[in-house]
Amino acid sequence: MSSGQPPFDSPEIRRLTPVIGPGHTYGSVTDKISAIVLTRPTSLGWFIGFTIAFSLMGMMTIAIAWLVIKGTGIWGINIPIGWGFAIVNFVWWIGIGHAGTLISAILFLLNQKWRTSINRFAEAMTLFAVACAGIFPLIHTGRPWMAFYMFPYPSTMGLWPQFRSPLIWDVFAVSTYGTVSLMFWFVGLIPDLATLRDRSVQKSLKIIYGMFAMGWRGSARHWHRYQSAYLLLAGLATPLVLSVHTVVSFDFAIAIVPGWHTTIFPPYFVAGAIYSGFAMVLTIAIPLRKVYALEDFITMRHLDNMAKVMLATGLIVAYGYFFEFFMASYSGNKFDVFLVQQRLHGPYAPFYFALIVCNILTPQLLWFYKMRHNVAVLFIMSIVVNIGMWLERFVIVVISLTRDFVPSAWGRYSPTFWDWATFIGTMGMFVTLIFLFVRVLPAISIAEMRELVAETSEDEK
Amino acid sequence: MQHSSDIYGVMGEFGTPEELLHAVEKIREAGYARFDAFAPFPVEGLSEALGLKRNLVPAITLLGGLTGGVGGFFLQYWAAAITYPLNIGGRPLNSWPAFIPVTFELTVLGASLAAVFGMLALNKLPQPNHPVFNVARFTHASSDRFFVCIESKDPNFNLEKCSRLLQEVHAHHVTEVALDYF
Repeated sequence: MSSGQPPFDSPEIRRLTPVIGPGHTYGSVTDKISAIVLTRPTSLGWFIGFTIAFSLMGMMTIAIAWLVIKGTGIWGINIPIGWGFAIVNFVWWIGIGHAGTLISAILFLLNQKWRTSINRFAEAMTLFAVACAGIFPLIHTGRPWMAFYMFPYPSTMGLWPQFRSPLIWDVFAVSTYGTVSLMFWFVGLIPDLATLRDRSVQKSLKIIYGMFAMGWRGSARHWHRYQSAYLLLAGLATPLVLSVHTVVSFDFAIAIVPGWHTTIFPPYFVAGAIYSGFAMVLTIAIPLRKVYALEDFITMRHLDNMAKVMLATGLIVAYGYFFEFFMASYSGNKFDVFLVQQRLHGPYAPFYFALIVCNILTPQLLWFYKMRHNVAVLFIMSIVVNIGMWLERFVIVVISLTRDFVPSAWGRYSPTFWDWATFIGTMGMFVTLIFLFVRVLPAISIAEMRELVAETSEDEK
Repeated sequence: MQHSSDIYGVMGEFGTPEELLHAVEKIREAGYARFDAFAPFPVEGLSEALGLKRNLVPAITLLGGLTGGVGGFFLQYWAAAITYPLNIGGRPLNSWPAFIPVTFELTVLGASLAAVFGMLALNKLPQPNHPVFNVARFTHASSDRFFVCIESKDPNFNLEKCSRLLQEVHAHHVTEVALDYF
């Protein structure tokens, strides 16, 4: 580092781009965040947005109902492409969820203060993304009411799940992930629910928030155990988040299909998951801070840091793409070589090139300070990366399945109206849940913001 | 004035975490043991000031994790090797490497459930009502104020002495905490 510049993360740099706007007190952060839920009137824009999202969710319900009536034949899947949109969308959604856990757990363990104002809604995003993801494998079974067969229980038929199958690992990984994310989110919410209980004027709200707050009174003895539990949860969620996408990648990597059977899959899937997750956090954070005037809490420092994480994970993903090519050529396995050529020249080549543009080329703009500090650019970039990551899963699933070992087993895949209706419908469900969340719960952790106020006031002394 | 056994305790309010820490130290020096501090966020150093030792949450979490892991492995072993053995080309029934992912997930699940429910149980939550909520200003304990409550159960408790002590450490409001709910 040149001698003229202040060292990284020095007080000067921190003052330039703080993690919290100046002049905030315990009371002011509490007022500002709780007011969004308690006193701010529900705007017309909220109703319009909610209506659109809820309608899309209704479309999903119809699509699923029709699927239950007719069977999976209404989708574009057929042998050899038995997976199609259901698995593409499943992997996409579950990947998006990962940033929430990364922000709340890993950045907590690393004591990164900038995590504080974004962890709550990132965790909520995780939960909602996992909910959307969970729908797909469930309905992909064709008979979702039989899904309990996948859980080990002493049945009268004497049947047990096949624990050597990655698909069963997936059931355990995703359901554990959903449960732990929910608990992590809820434990973080308890003090804030108490704040809402104490600040709400209406009796009904007091009772509802009070029930969920479980009588939290901020006792020092409670905080003592609470902090232990929270730290332990963070420590447990960290390997969990890495394991979940590893197990998802095993769904592919354990199979012998060309293009899937590679050891690079687990790390490259995890990096891709974090990449798409941070993109989704940006997609949500940028409108959220604008609409609710939270620029003091979600500062440019947050957006800048998230952009940097996106750039870093994006480069890991690029490394993964490169090594898929390298390993295929270096192995000399003719099926692997053929598959790689199919990505470049086959019928789905446009998707592959679109993927390279979205995931590798465009994010290189994030090297520039000006780009990372341009909110509009970041917002567009985040959507581009989300599209790119969806294309990645499409390329992995569809190209490998349509170009198997023998030409007689080759095929083509195109999604039907019902595939799209279900996919877009889950986006509606995701946005619906986000809208409800920002309306009824504090989108930023109030208790942690107060802690941040205390820490920053100590720094200034 | 009420008799000291008819009240839950006496409570003082503070404006900053530093004042709270100072008060807690003084009260402890004065020889009180049954008192508690209340803060809208975990105040650094408060546990030490109160003399709180290590808590049981980590041990419970470890136990939960071990139960999940060991139970999870034997669940799979039982299913794959004992009660539902499938001979696939003579491969070993106890194919333990294939059981690791589920064992790992169940370890994390068991430990997390134990951490959360253990913490809630040790804190005796849910407990929707508590005498401290009888103090009107206590609603600020969840936003911007800090409180200390000396309980009447303390052997040295004396309403006047405790009130004076709280005033000496610059508590803003000193109030009696009624014992009855509502």
